[in-house]
Amino acid sequence: MWDYSEKVIDHYRNPRNVGKIDNADAIGEAGSLACGDSLKIYLKIKDGIVTDAKFQTFGCGSAVASSSILTEMIIGKSVEEVKKITNKDIADELGGLPPEKMHCSVMGYEALEDALKNYDDYTDLDDLRNEQANNEKKEKIVCTCFNVTENMIWDAIKVNGLKTVEEVTNYTKAGGACGRCKSAIQDIIDTYYKKELSENTLSPAQKIIKINNIIENQISPELRKDGGDITLVDIRDNKVLVKLRGRCSGCKNSHMTLKVFVETTLRDTVDKKIEVIEVQN
Amino acid sequence: MIYLDNNATTKVDPKVLEAMLPYFKEEYANPSSIYDFAKHSNHAVKEARGVMKDFFNAENEKEIIFTSCGSESANTAIRGVLNMNRNKRHIITTKVEHPCVLNLYGALEKEGYKVDYIGVNSNGELDLAQLEETVNDDTALVSVMYANNETGVVFPIEKISQIIKSKNKETKFYVDAVQVTGKLKIDVQKLGVDMMGISGHKFHAPKGIGALYVNSKTLITPLIIGGHQERGKRAGTENVPYIVGMAKAAELATDSLKYEATEIKRLRDKLESNILKNVFNARLNAGIVNRVPNTTNIGFEYIEGELILLHLSDLGICASSGSACTSGSLEPSHVLRAMNVPFTAIHGSIRFSLSKFTTEKEIDYVCEKMPSIIEKLTNISPYQDELEALKRLKH
Repeated sequence: MWDYSEKVIDHYRNPRNVGKIDNADAIGEAGSLACGDSLKIYLKIKDGIVTDAKFQTFGCGSAVASSSILTEMIIGKSVEEVKKITNKDIADELGGLPPEKMHCSVMGYEALEDALKNYDDYTDLDDLRNEQANNEKKEKIVCTCFNVTENMIWDAIKVNGLKTVEEVTNYTKAGGACGRCKSAIQDIIDTYYKKELSENTLSPAQKIIKINNIIENQISPELRKDGGDITLVDIRDNKVLVKLRGRCSGCKNSHMTLKVFVETTLRDTVDKKIEVIEVQN
Repeated sequence: MIYLDNNATTKVDPKVLEAMLPYFKEEYANPSSIYDFAKHSNHAVKEARGVMKDFFNAENEKEIIFTSCGSESANTAIRGVLNMNRNKRHIITTKVEHPCVLNLYGALEKEGYKVDYIGVNSNGELDLAQLEETVNDDTALVSVMYANNETGVVFPIEKISQIIKSKNKETKFYVDAVQVTGKLKIDVQKLGVDMMGISGHKFHAPKGIGALYVNSKTLITPLIIGGHQERGKRAGTENVPYIVGMAKAAELATDSLKYEATEIKRLRDKLESNILKNVFNARLNAGIVNRVPNTTNIGFEYIEGELILLHLSDLGICASSGSACTSGSLEPSHVLRAMNVPFTAIHGSIRFSLSKFTTEKEIDYVCEKMPSIIEKLTNISPYQDELEALKRLKH
């Protein structure tokens, strides 16, 4: 049995805004009957504001709950605001979904995206933002069982920080049937993270804040468990200067702590080129 | 609560529990020990073996092996017999076997065995002609379930045995009988099977006990190697209370076979015909074929199964579904797919399975509630035009 949140249960028991809107301003669809879940969403839009939304869903409890809460989330919002909603927002609003059910929130997002695409005044923000990335290649279908495109997988990885094939399957269904596309999904994951790391989109200020946060929230608490601590002294390009304190300073293993723990953590989370250097006083 | 998921597991019969209790409390001796204190537990296992011999209608008590579950019975039989015939590399089974058997064959394929999977028609009946064609000189084993867990369709085991033996006398025949125990009379000699596995918790014994029949002409290697228990076919100190419990359950099951065939069948038929009559988008997933008396599988078109189960559960009704969503896998039931159930209905398929504890009042309640649940969920479906067309067709 699934461990559904109370909100999910409430929404599949009493779904809000069920039905269709005659002469809707935008209609979006996602999923298919053959795949086991599908969703149709109808929007009424006036002066750039979503004034009404209704849905019809074929799917499990979490699919109905995702659709239902999505309509509540968008009514009264401007189209600009609605465009920013991701599948993660839908899942969060529901108080979370079981990992295997995350694809239900993705379906909600896709139907919404489809509706907005069909809406006259809509210009695809993603296209503008990511002109290069959004090439034809990404419309290529990766999972033929569930008709999942490279683009859909890419988006799911980006929004939800997915790292494994299994997670991608939970969020998009891709790879969940015959499994033949699993290596292709792995390639997409690899490509995404290679790209993310190489692009290094952080500004110098953002980078400093991020390094500082990671030292304070991840590294320092670990060292404190052993009676030591660490302070950030300075950052020069990719060189992170730190001072070890408490039991860590003067510890024989301090070099190991720096290289293996501190440096690896920072490299994994911020930048592969980071080098950690200990300074005395 | 109304429990209509007895093909998943059953309630332990209070009489079974009662029979087991002394072996948890006073009679805890190891049946292999030699002092007097061990005599009772030793006798209890012997007696239970005798009961199980009769339950299978085996020729000899030595043909009964106690295991921990249906999966262990299947693994022991299948691997055991293949190990004894290492030069033969061909296996035949069906597309609709239980996952515990299918996944084992998947593993054996990776180990180099060739496995052929026999299909079924839309009624769920096995393609016997295909089976006959497929048996060859290299066929080490054929394994077929007695009845399907999802649809209840019973396979003609006696006929299948004749087909196999007419093509290759040396081919061994394993039957997964987990879903017929307590529902049909078992007679391994009449059926002509070499090995048959069952599981206690499907007929009101507790979970954690199973049995395997292996006829005296069939040699197997043990799956669990260790002590001398079960004549070297399954090591491990005998699970005395559970063995006693399963034997008691087997006796009770034999006594209630007639009730199963008449009363439970009547209740099942009542539930089935009521739903099919009162719900326009309901269809039976199996033809008018030989089925175990307690099972029905009904597909509700254009609605999804998990959603139906959740709404049933809100009313305290327990059933199960062949839909993808309930299991966490993304594909619907392999059984219903093998039967070519249309994709409009496959995701909305619900299995109800009754037991001797099911009452008429409970069935009436489900019959009463089902149409309104389905109507509510039908209204959420995006396929209103298709549903409308279906409604017109039905009237």
